[in-house]
Amino acid sequence: MATITLEHVTKVYPNGFEAVHDLNLNVADGEFMVLVGPSGCGKTTALRMVAGLEDITAGSVSIGERVVNDVSPKDRDIAMVFQNYALYPHMTVAENIGFALKLRKVPKEQIKQKVIEAAELLGLTQWVDRKPGQLSGGQRQRVAMGRAIVREPSVFLMDEPLSNLDAKLRVQMRAEISRIQRRLGVATLYVTHDQVEAMTMGDRVAVLSAGRLQQCDTPQNLYDHPTNLFVAGFMGSPAMNLFEAVVAEGATQLFIGSQAITLPSELHAVRPTLKSYAGKSIVVGIRPENLPLTDNARDSESTASPFEGHVELVEALGSELLVHFTTDAHAFEITEVMDSNAAGLADGTLTKGDAGVARVEAHTKIAAGERIRFWLNPERLHYFDRATSELIV
Amino acid sequence: MATSLDNRIHHKRGSRQWFLGHFWTTVTWVIALFLFSPVLWMVITSFKREGSAYTDPPTLIFHPTLNEYSQVFSSGSGAGGAGAPFEHSLVVTVASVALVLLLGIPAAYALSIRPIKRWRDALFFFLATKMLPYVAAIVPIYLIAEHLGLLDNVIALIILYTGFNLPLAVWMIRSFLLEVPREVLEAARIDGAGLRTELMRVIFPMVLPGIAATALICVIFTWNEFFFAYFLTAFNAQTVPVFLSHFQSTEGEYWALLAAAATISCLPVILAGWIAQKQLVRGLSLGALK
Repeated sequence: MATITLEHVTKVYPNGFEAVHDLNLNVADGEFMVLVGPSGCGKTTALRMVAGLEDITAGSVSIGERVVNDVSPKDRDIAMVFQNYALYPHMTVAENIGFALKLRKVPKEQIKQKVIEAAELLGLTQWVDRKPGQLSGGQRQRVAMGRAIVREPSVFLMDEPLSNLDAKLRVQMRAEISRIQRRLGVATLYVTHDQVEAMTMGDRVAVLSAGRLQQCDTPQNLYDHPTNLFVAGFMGSPAMNLFEAVVAEGATQLFIGSQAITLPSELHAVRPTLKSYAGKSIVVGIRPENLPLTDNARDSESTASPFEGHVELVEALGSELLVHFTTDAHAFEITEVMDSNAAGLADGTLTKGDAGVARVEAHTKIAAGERIRFWLNPERLHYFDRATSELIV
Repeated sequence: MATSLDNRIHHKRGSRQWFLGHFWTTVTWVIALFLFSPVLWMVITSFKREGSAYTDPPTLIFHPTLNEYSQVFSSGSGAGGAGAPFEHSLVVTVASVALVLLLGIPAAYALSIRPIKRWRDALFFFLATKMLPYVAAIVPIYLIAEHLGLLDNVIALIILYTGFNLPLAVWMIRSFLLEVPREVLEAARIDGAGLRTELMRVIFPMVLPGIAATALICVIFTWNEFFFAYFLTAFNAQTVPVFLSHFQSTEGEYWALLAAAATISCLPVILAGWIAQKQLVRGLSLGALK
């Protein structure tokens, strides 16, 4: 049992590419921390530095109280699950799981006992004498998990362990990994590019982009209170709608395209800085579920303003409808930030998006081609500075 | 109507494929047998008596005999007994191939998995030795062997063959090592494997088929090498190929005896190939990833 602490960790590759920039992160004992971000954002590099598979250019990595910068992987008391499982093809399942114990000269009887326990926990009992080549992807994934848990390490590291599984198995294993991690209570650093995995599995989630930590918080806080445009656009599916908007003089109204949204004085009390944007262009973010259709919304939320659009496409998901609509406002999308020198979001990462998306009740009667009217509650909107991409507070 | 037409077209296409399939099978077998025919001739001749061994037209019906085989091992035959040359060849082959693997595997490791600085240059230097014509090297090698007192000594051949096979072995083993998934080695390192454990318990079993293939090629070269063995050995270190060459004497050719000796000399290579094949059919890294 231990904590993982990264302090001002930077990784610069010999070719000059800065994969991780000044990363500070603390994983508490027993905590499930998810590192999430688009491919190339440095999350795997960060994990590999904790594992000792990658040199650290600057800063320090500690496991427990001990700084491990110069400690070899085998002496860090960690276990790692790799994206492609990395099983030993010439060993049986039991040998794969027990290999680390064998190297530590654990008595044979004890190894056998632990392997059986791990196999039972993972439902591998009937496969223990098979070789990895004879197993399905899901079973191999379990063997890789078994290899990690049997060692009772002080830290678990997982590098996209579910990305090679099919969708159904992925959902199943997601729950299983969470269950095992809670049961063992070992600090876990889990890397994924899948924000759904991040939201569902993590006690806390650290969002990385271009080698920089964007925000680290509980999944719900990340979703409700993204501190910058990248996190806002990255977390959530469908993604948050981002529109160009202009704050009117006096900051009593906000124009999204040609449509005016009233900004009540209560909002200014919560977001005092917004006033200073009077006359300026900002980016406003609207979660798809915060676009209610009915007049009821108007009654209950007295500050709501109408917001109209043209329905382009309606996707029925059974439980709800996704309504794609266009307005005369500029819509944005967040594209991957590959430039490591970008602080937050750089120019060009906000690209022209297509339509907005609203999540509405399943049995609503809407068809493509119709006009649609939503009721926007300004208190549920997210306001971002266009230049810095930071949240306006 | 349309269906019967479809059927006919289908049938026609089917018979055409049937014909092509059998045609290419036949062609392949004819070529294979043609290539194999010298070996077949050698084996058949080895069971003939000397008198019927080389006749015109060739004797096709004869009484098989093991006479020539017993002759090969008796010292009364034209070139002395085959026992000593076999022993020399065996010692030289086993020792030099073992040395090649012992030196080649770590070298290949240092050129692939944890590449040393300027590994490309090192790899080229290895290969460069293969570009030197053998004939150009014989005089200096002879003089060095003479200076070291290693003429007509198996040690000279062991050193020489190790040197010849090493570049090829390093190149081959390196290519197999490159196939070992990096993640598997990283997993081993995290599991607690040091360099030796990683090499012996993880890498070696995974590349065993490749090492078997490399060893087989080295065995074949070493066992059959004639040129250097001919110039550097006389009696104390005479190898099988040199022994075989002595059947062509001034008194005339002993074809049946030569065929019998040649057949015996093939057996160790065939045996090595058979052992290696068991390893070769195993997949290299089946099931390691995904």
